[in-house]
Amino acid sequence: MGMTMTQKILAAHAGLTSVSAGQLISAKLDIVLGNDITTPVAINEFTKNGFDSVFDKDRIAIVLDHFVPNKDIKAAQQSKQCREFACAHCVSHFYDVGKMGIEHALLPEQGVVTAGDCIIGADSHTCTYGALGAFSTGVGSTDMAAGMATGKAWFKVPSAIRFELTGKLPANCSGKDVILTIIGKIGVDGALYKSMEFTGDGIASLSMDDRLCICNMAIEAGAKNGIFPVDETTLRYMEGRCERTPVVYTADPDAEYEQTIVIDLSQIVPTVACPHLPENTHPAAELGDIQIDQVVIGSCTNGRMEDMEAAYRTLKGQTVAPGVRCILIPATMQVYRECVERGYVTAFLDAGAIVSTPTCGPCLGGYMGILAEGERCIATTNRNFVGRMGHVNSEVYLASPATAAASALTGYITAPKEV
Amino acid sequence: MKTQGHVFKYPDNVDTDVIIPARYLNTADAQELAKHCMEDIDVSFVSRVQPGDIMVAGWNFGCGSSREHAPLVIKTCGTGCVIAKSFARIFYRNAINIGMPILECEAAAEEIQAGDEVAIDFDTGVISDLTTGKTYQAEPFPEFIQKIIKSGGLLASLKEM
Repeated sequence: MGMTMTQKILAAHAGLTSVSAGQLISAKLDIVLGNDITTPVAINEFTKNGFDSVFDKDRIAIVLDHFVPNKDIKAAQQSKQCREFACAHCVSHFYDVGKMGIEHALLPEQGVVTAGDCIIGADSHTCTYGALGAFSTGVGSTDMAAGMATGKAWFKVPSAIRFELTGKLPANCSGKDVILTIIGKIGVDGALYKSMEFTGDGIASLSMDDRLCICNMAIEAGAKNGIFPVDETTLRYMEGRCERTPVVYTADPDAEYEQTIVIDLSQIVPTVACPHLPENTHPAAELGDIQIDQVVIGSCTNGRMEDMEAAYRTLKGQTVAPGVRCILIPATMQVYRECVERGYVTAFLDAGAIVSTPTCGPCLGGYMGILAEGERCIATTNRNFVGRMGHVNSEVYLASPATAAASALTGYITAPKEV
Repeated sequence: MKTQGHVFKYPDNVDTDVIIPARYLNTADAQELAKHCMEDIDVSFVSRVQPGDIMVAGWNFGCGSSREHAPLVIKTCGTGCVIAKSFARIFYRNAINIGMPILECEAAAEEIQAGDEVAIDFDTGVISDLTTGKTYQAEPFPEFIQKIIKSGGLLASLKEM
């Protein structure tokens, strides 16, 4: 029986010629990642269990992104603990304020992750890097500690669902509308423990930013990972960027998939996930008059350059609706700088929006845009659980940057115009 | 290994944001974090839970974030086991890695009610509802995972290797 792309990467990293779904393996890791929330717990476990050295200082990435610039004293202590550990172990991929970005936008941008990699990260959205043709999955802090110590992790080889993408997206839609549509179709546990393998001739029309966004939310369908094949777009993106040579894996023609779901991209419409689950999706145009208090455009899901471009196209020369707070958060310092240099920041400020330095902040209800009781936000983030962005009686609607920006102008949830 | 206690019952898709809201994640101190366990879904849980008590939930328990703080606070509160119809994969992994007992059993998760007195034998996977007299058989863990649990967690098991 042939192997899926995910299975091939796992077999290669386990030193096996083949693996099959359900098999338990120990695999070598190319990158072990943590952030300022999960790394302190990993450091405590690492130290408590008597480990005193990391397996490879160049294969560990620690990114301070959730609560930085630090929101309070406790958060500052956690950052300090990460900083001291990174320094003591000469961790080469340590990203502090000034260099940092939201981890899942930063690592691909900086070429730290590449095609063919086997990656774990103590952050659930580590599945993002599947967009580059890597196996990449979220784990907890103890797995991170073990990964830092040994360079290995245990995995149950996942079975797969194939998503065959055909056609081309309408101009007012992006990767976010694709993944929200898929989650709406299969549910928040629709791909539980499985890999989501994206294939089909529709992929060629998707940008890297679209693919990163789609793989980012694979976890919201319960998946172990999401993965795209490596094509011209991927190779162009990685050229001159990745610090290690990409390795291209392709699925066997007779690979086994539990199910194949065909998605015609030309039929996708601007989509919104209503409270309190990402599977609760509806076409933006059918939602009626849902008034909003706040708009957040950013996060590891949608804080990349194309997302800022989409916001700019809508907001330039316009004014945010009275009573609406519009917060833009470029995901990395490079995206932030480009927004400044292209004049986007001025356009956002002119529109009455604000622009923050990179942070996960509001997405997980940390800071920089917390909701009060009864308030409602449309956000380009990835989760709309109860209390996710603040008060337990507040609401988050998930959407694309184009939909969020269009809604900022009207003050209610609004589908972006077809250009 | 055994546990026995009263049942707290929860629905499908209990996410890590309600198990331990991110607003408290500016510390890694388990005792401090445990004060807020389940706060956004069951505000009185922390004051009512007794050592050995059992959480029973529906599908996809622990979905969302990778925060290990979630199984950690459940364990720190003294919870003896979580029984669910299914677990989100990172939560499942984290629970095993930190030695927090969890069992997948659809029938038990469906039928056992809040407040029931339940006893669990982890060696056999038998769940007994002492209130109704019914017993259920949970899926046993694969041998590889049993080894991690018996060692007291992933890092302890690595040290034994």
